[in-house]
Amino acid sequence: MEVVPLRAPVAASGRPLVEFENVEKVYRSKRGDVTALHGINTHIGDAEFLSVLGPSGCGKSTLLRCLAGLEKPTGGDIRVAGKTVSGPPDNLGVVFQRDILLEWRTVIQNVLLPVEAQRLRVQEWRERAMKLLDLLGLKNFENRYPHELSGGMRQRVSICRALLMNPNLLLMDEPFGALDAMTRDELNLELQRVWMEDAKTVFFVTHSIAEAVFLGDRVIVMSPSPGRILRTIKIDLPRPRDLSIRETPEFGAYTREIRSLFQEMGMLRAR
Amino acid sequence: MSRSLRILAVFLGFLLVWEAGTRLFDVPTWFLPSPSVIFVELRSDPMLYLVQSLDTLATTMLGFGAAFVLGVLLAIAIVYSRLLENTLYTLLVSFNSIPKIALAPLFIIWLGTGLQSKVAVSFLIAFFPIVIDMVLGLRSTDPEALNLFKTMHGSSFHALTKIRFPNALPYMFSGMKVAISLALVGAVAGEFIASQSGLGYVILTAQGMFFTPRVFAAILLLGVMGTILFYLVDLAERLVCPWHVAHREEEVAAAARG
Ligand SMILES: Nc1ncnc2c1ncn2[C@@H]1O[C@H](COP(=O)(O)OP(=O)(O)O)[C@@H](O)[C@H]1O
Ligand SMILES: [Mg+2]
Repeated sequence: MEVVPLRAPVAASGRPLVEFENVEKVYRSKRGDVTALHGINTHIGDAEFLSVLGPSGCGKSTLLRCLAGLEKPTGGDIRVAGKTVSGPPDNLGVVFQRDILLEWRTVIQNVLLPVEAQRLRVQEWRERAMKLLDLLGLKNFENRYPHELSGGMRQRVSICRALLMNPNLLLMDEPFGALDAMTRDELNLELQRVWMEDAKTVFFVTHSIAEAVFLGDRVIVMSPSPGRILRTIKIDLPRPRDLSIRETPEFGAYTREIRSLFQEMGMLRAR
Repeated sequence: MSRSLRILAVFLGFLLVWEAGTRLFDVPTWFLPSPSVIFVELRSDPMLYLVQSLDTLATTMLGFGAAFVLGVLLAIAIVYSRLLENTLYTLLVSFNSIPKIALAPLFIIWLGTGLQSKVAVSFLIAFFPIVIDMVLGLRSTDPEALNLFKTMHGSSFHALTKIRFPNALPYMFSGMKVAISLALVGAVAGEFIASQSGLGYVILTAQGMFFTPRVFAAILLLGVMGTILFYLVDLAERLVCPWHVAHREEEVAAAARG
């Protein structure tokens, strides 16, 4: 097996790339208003991996969509590199829970979509696309159609697509939520490896406590109605982390802390 | 290919029963000619049948071509314009329940008896399935795919050409398959009412003379033409959206397996 040289663990540097200031989002509808987000104050450091954790309905996707410029907050401010978000920020990569592959495009054509969207020369990005596919274990699949791939492979393609143009901000909305546990573990490892090779700022949404702790430099724990941040937890575990880290007492301490937080909130019933 | 063989076998069996039946019961030719009589008729004047077939083919293709181009463009306009959707599309959907054939005589009033009227009838009847299926296809685009494309800073024009349009292709082809058959129906109807040429005209004049073998010969040619045209559209679909055809065939196979 080829050994991929890993960069030294990246410490989140001083100046945050993303700042959330008192972000509020109210969805108005005929049957009443839903406060999806209320008083969100946090930041993501440059090259930091931020896990956003919470039960469904607590506004994780809404927060991600606001940061992606797909929704407008009804209050507060979101800034990327000091600029208020008013549309998709530059240099953005997004992975949704569903892979959103275009069925009529082959794997490589799907990965190259962002290049076409920006009307750049596809040829110049082909090599990088192939390297990414290789990195994510999709060598020799570049000419397949999505319907020929398994769920895990499809999500890998969508990750390649998000990484292709070297975004400095990567948003992921429960990207592994629909996958079986083994594939999920595998992809957690791969994501960490990719991130360590070329550190980007990551906003990673999940509802799995273990996944949030395993991947994150920091975990923000959210609770619903209205969606708000309960606690921010810094994860001091050495990288690269391998799956066995989940059996260590340090890891257990983090997951216990989060679980008891949810229990206090009545979101998890104590056994 | 075993399926085509089976179809061919059934068809040949049908001709055989027909042939035997007409001979056995001594059915008069003016009432129901046997297949062999029809073939003899076809061979007696191949030029006539060739010329008239090409005439009908031209009418059909003009009507279908116009329906295709205008239908697709209009569908795009409808999907992008709330106003057109509320006015034109609503109108089209309600007109769709009118048997369009009933409008054919109007075209003689408007366009006279000539190529235009025939093409107009063929166009009118082929137009509806294309617009309606195309609108359906363009609308069925995954909104999350469009969002994703926005985060890539794609323009809305490219969202149309790279996402909405390709997404609509399978719908467009299913509309085209209906439309190509209807275009032929429209062409023949046009020839019935407003023409001096084409297979429809051949049928009508032969019928007037109780020259039934010629009626059947023309019907046979129409059947062959309709089948070929349909399979050409099917072939185009295979070439243009192989992903969809493969997917559909997998589903059919899965359903057959139970
Ligand atoms: N487009 C919308 N219109 C109205 N309410 C919405 C919309 N999107 C989300 N919501 C509501 O906002 C809340 C947060 O939803 P969401 O951000 O999807 O949560 P999560 O991703 O954590 O599951 C939920 O109560 C949801 O019903
Ligand atoms: Mg969500």
